[in-house]
Amino acid sequence: MSSVAPVDLPIEGQKKDAYQEAFEGAKVRRVKTRLTSPWATAAAIVIAVVWTIPTFGLFVSSFRPAVDIRTSGWWTFFTNPSFTLENYEEVLFSSSASSANLTSYFVNSLVIAIPGALFPIALGCMAAYALAWIPFRGAGWIFVFIFALQIVPLQMALIPLLQIFSQVLGISGTFPAVWIAHTIFGLPLMIFLLHNFISAIPGDILEAARVDGANHTQIFFRIILPLSVPAIASMMIFQFLWVWNDLLVALVFSGGTADVAPITQRVAELVGNFGRNTHILPAAAFISLIVPLIVFFSLQRYFVRGLMAGATKG
Amino acid sequence: MRGDPWGSFFEKFGVLIIGLAAFAAVVGLVLFLADRAPKRGRDFLQLSAFLAPALILLAVGLVYPTIRTIYLSFTDRRGEWIGLDNYVWMFTQPSSLNVLFNTLLWVLLAPTIATAVGLAYAVFIDKSFGERALKALVFMPMAISMVGAGVIWRFVYEYRAEGFEQIGILNQIVVWFGGEPQQWLIDSPWNNVFLIIVMIWIQTGFAMVLLSAAIKAVPVERIEAARLDGANAWQQFINVTIPDIRPTLVVVVTTITIATLKVFDIVRSMTGGNFNTSVVANEMYTQAFNRGEFGQGAALAVILFVMVIPIVVYNVRVLRQQREVR
Repeated sequence: MSSVAPVDLPIEGQKKDAYQEAFEGAKVRRVKTRLTSPWATAAAIVIAVVWTIPTFGLFVSSFRPAVDIRTSGWWTFFTNPSFTLENYEEVLFSSSASSANLTSYFVNSLVIAIPGALFPIALGCMAAYALAWIPFRGAGWIFVFIFALQIVPLQMALIPLLQIFSQVLGISGTFPAVWIAHTIFGLPLMIFLLHNFISAIPGDILEAARVDGANHTQIFFRIILPLSVPAIASMMIFQFLWVWNDLLVALVFSGGTADVAPITQRVAELVGNFGRNTHILPAAAFISLIVPLIVFFSLQRYFVRGLMAGATKG
Repeated sequence: MRGDPWGSFFEKFGVLIIGLAAFAAVVGLVLFLADRAPKRGRDFLQLSAFLAPALILLAVGLVYPTIRTIYLSFTDRRGEWIGLDNYVWMFTQPSSLNVLFNTLLWVLLAPTIATAVGLAYAVFIDKSFGERALKALVFMPMAISMVGAGVIWRFVYEYRAEGFEQIGILNQIVVWFGGEPQQWLIDSPWNNVFLIIVMIWIQTGFAMVLLSAAIKAVPVERIEAARLDGANAWQQFINVTIPDIRPTLVVVVTTITIATLKVFDIVRSMTGGNFNTSVVANEMYTQAFNRGEFGQGAALAVILFVMVIPIVVYNVRVLRQQREVR
């Protein structure tokens, strides 16, 4: 957990926020003042190519026969094409003792990431509502304290938390241990960002509900949650991907077996023995990347906003 | 479990469903009870129902562990008090000094280069044809895991002895230009730079999107005025755009710096910290969880914490000023 979010979540109803707009390219026609020199264009193309080639190369590799991956570069695919799905088949379905067994780890990742995203957001929403709309002495201080907790790198909590899990609760190496760890590490940022959002909901609406006799639980479910859907969606996507992509928390709390450990852990293990696994690594890596990539290309709007807001988590 | 994969999938999804249901039941029950709370003390009960779960988790899982880690950093592997020995070890052993030096190198190179490239790219493609697609290309690495990035770049850097066909694009390019293939990830200290490049590759997209937003927010009138005064594109950029986006630049650099200080996955998956490439976060894991040296691991975590604090404080101050200006 760390540091401070560079961006507040925007309030729905406002027009698209600046980051979103910037990401999509401004549609407003403005005075043309770009550095329109052929050099600038050339540099931009070079950057774009350099940034894309590594991923593209791995993608091509994943469809090449094992022998080819080991003996020639992916670029030879275009002069000497040979296509196969064997690598994917091997990492997903092979049942030999030394197989990558990725289906199992993929399922683990899902089982970890869904609660890992839902739990901190649910608890974060509740806490944010209490801090924003239930007046009590010390609310300000508690909020500042939670805000400050974002500074603490999660490395600071690993050793004692593992000791609590293994010695007090006896759940080390199980799914609940990983869920709880992700919930704890996610909470400060979630509370902070959701508080920014929830506290900006107009007080009149809540006042009207209160006059009608609604209590906090009713207000929370009938007003706060429905109005917070855009913010919750952004944070959910961010947190889900953070958990999906995480390696450190998984290594410490999952026990590292095919029963619990997520796919990142398995892929990291496979890279550790690069020589032996060279031919299955491209396919394995792509299976671990497929979920983030789908989210990235299908939910770009929420995705960019969420990522910008949570960039310093960890 | 290998014999019966479907059985284990059902079991895991069962755990998932039970976990979600249990969570919903507990939270639902707490809120239901708060809803039905007796008139007397209702405010306090409702407040507790909403706030206590988060506060208890934070206290047990973050506040207590942080204090405990600070304490552990003064103990040895058996938990006995040894004063500052772990810190003395950190600042005197050549191997741990190398870790600190590497971290410094990361912090000097990754944020500055990622920001510079991101800024250049944002400026070059501003209002160009296909801006959105061009941005997506550079932003994409932000979406994927650092482990995935590690695999991607492991293949870029892959080495085959001279005379054999190269399978890594970088060595192939070197060979095409008549050079000798290099073991990029093994030859110290340059191997650190090649790991840092992976971090730059990931973070540039972040810098680019934020800076692009800032550039688009620069008032057109101001640029127009500079142009009428006879400033060329470069002068407009240096004298108008840069001062205007300075706060965003600071936020971008500090944010990437914090991420860089805590970098773990890249080093772990690409070299495992071997060949003199370890950094603080990786060494912390190695000491604590591979070697059982909890005291030394804790001391490294504390150092990380201490290094992060001033940057975060600075970041917060800039953000606050920025908000006031707005």
